[in-house]
Amino acid sequence: MHAGTFTGSNAMTVSFVIESLLNGLLIGGVYSLMAIGLTLIFGVMRVVNFAHGSLIMLGMYASYWTVTLFKIDPYLSILVSLGALFLIGASIQKFLINPILNAPEHNQLLLTLGVSLFMENFAVFVWSPDYRMMKTFYGEINFHIGDVSISLVRLLAFVFAMVLAGILYLILTRTDLGRAIRAASEEPIGAVLMGVNIRRIYIVTFGIGAACAGVSGAAITPFIPVYPYVGWLFVITAFVVVVLGGMGNMLGAFIGGLIIGLADSVGAMFLPGAMKSIISFSIFIIILLFKPTGLFGRGNG
Amino acid sequence: MDKYLRRELSRKTWFAIIAILAGLHVLPWVFPGIQHIMIMIFLFTLMGQGWNVLGGYVGQFSFGHSLFFGLGAYVSSLLFIRLTLTPWIGIFFSCAAGIVLGCFIGFLSFRYGLRGPYFALIMLAFAEIFHMTATGWSWVGGALGISIPLKGNTPGLMQFVKKEPYYLISLWMMTGALYLAWRIERSRLGLYFLATREDVDAAEALGVNTFRAQMIAMAISAGLTAIGGTLYAQYLLYIDPDSTFGVVNSVEIMLRPIIGGPGTVLGPLLGSVLLTPLSEITRLAFQSYSGVYLMIYGVILILVIMFLPNGIMGIARKVVSTVLRRGY
Repeated sequence: MHAGTFTGSNAMTVSFVIESLLNGLLIGGVYSLMAIGLTLIFGVMRVVNFAHGSLIMLGMYASYWTVTLFKIDPYLSILVSLGALFLIGASIQKFLINPILNAPEHNQLLLTLGVSLFMENFAVFVWSPDYRMMKTFYGEINFHIGDVSISLVRLLAFVFAMVLAGILYLILTRTDLGRAIRAASEEPIGAVLMGVNIRRIYIVTFGIGAACAGVSGAAITPFIPVYPYVGWLFVITAFVVVVLGGMGNMLGAFIGGLIIGLADSVGAMFLPGAMKSIISFSIFIIILLFKPTGLFGRGNG
Repeated sequence: MDKYLRRELSRKTWFAIIAILAGLHVLPWVFPGIQHIMIMIFLFTLMGQGWNVLGGYVGQFSFGHSLFFGLGAYVSSLLFIRLTLTPWIGIFFSCAAGIVLGCFIGFLSFRYGLRGPYFALIMLAFAEIFHMTATGWSWVGGALGISIPLKGNTPGLMQFVKKEPYYLISLWMMTGALYLAWRIERSRLGLYFLATREDVDAAEALGVNTFRAQMIAMAISAGLTAIGGTLYAQYLLYIDPDSTFGVVNSVEIMLRPIIGGPGTVLGPLLGSVLLTPLSEITRLAFQSYSGVYLMIYGVILILVIMFLPNGIMGIARKVVSTVLRRGY
């Protein structure tokens, strides 16, 4: 996930720092997309989706198996991930969360924890705990600008995340569906009175949130190994981003993702591998403690 | 139900409790094969009760109780291997460390009224920071963890060749935790806990210091869980970051009271009696697929949340009150 390691002061050249920051920004775009899915689900249903990491993991497997079994291009497999995860997410909302909409919010949190446990360990059961690496010819390609080299797969992951975030923005602002989703988020009772089928909106919204997880998972599969617990690498990061941006705030999630991407790459420059996430965890704790509504919060936390 | 019947019932209850406790004391000599599973049931009831004091009675769901479990296991083990301090004293340091850390996190969180998912996530984040630190710091054993040297049968160092002493220690500790929860439930403090859980603002308006109530619950909760961690480490004589601070342990600890019935004295025990054998057996049966028992946990958690939001105790209470009302 991060460029190089810190091997002494002579390695801290300007180009190395630029390269790290650029890579941080690129992965940050993917974090943004993960967090947008999570924050959308929270903003509309008030559900803290603990299963988001597992959905990312399923998106990665969906892409991996599509490429491995059908030999199609890894970037076409993003569409498979998108569709599969939309269906999985919609089913979770329809069959599990909709029936307990009126329960206290910690019950919904526990429910998604149960879903996460099930999906992760189901993956262990059917696909074994092994690490799998997708083989693509893209993986070897790098761009060079002076001493700075950028890998094509990371750039493409960033581009795909941005494109999907853009499409999602257009859907939410320009379509009837988007208007209904925003209405359900801001004024659920009013939306019901205006004839919005709120339960169906919830199903579609969870589907879209899960699809964001799926696409971001598929986009990183060319350079991140797939294994059942891989979601843990991202779920807490996604939570950090969401809390940083203000729970339910889409723009906040977008900017927060880029910030955390940069923070992670700085952490990787100075801390040993096992501890590099300590920086983003510390940011998480500090934000939770001092500004739980987030940097860009509207005070709806 | 008249007064006489109530007194008669409570007397019967006391006889039943004493009979069960006495029975449990002879059980390992009658069925030696079930000692291990009973020890695990007791230890997880103890820690489940620790979670329950905060999560069940005060309503602050922690997603990171493995933090206190791991801290308890590491503090006593490090004191033992670095300073050869007997775990009998180390357990007090573990408990104290748990309380201090719990109060630190509690102070930071409850001061501004952090609740619900925010508190759950902050506990998770702290547990993960300790997890990463334990993995990356070689002085505490790094990723390999700590092996506690076995010195043969030395009761002074809480090391026994046979399992019976561990059985009795964990039985007494668990009984102590259940008794503590029972006393809390019947005290003024217990009422403050419930008021805080049901409605913080209303409780504050009625003069309950909810911050103080939450801090006390956090301290008791962290202390009990850390004691469980120490006993666990002494029983297995081996700990590593994943098996102590890992997320799975947080789930293991919280699932028992949730399934048994959060906010009840017997909930953690019921949950542990059900889940512990399930996890031990499925772990043995599907050794090559270690994920299976967690998959089952996931399904159980989903079903309990959807159909038994008050756990097994919720149903048990309904049945008992129906039976009593009909006067059988």
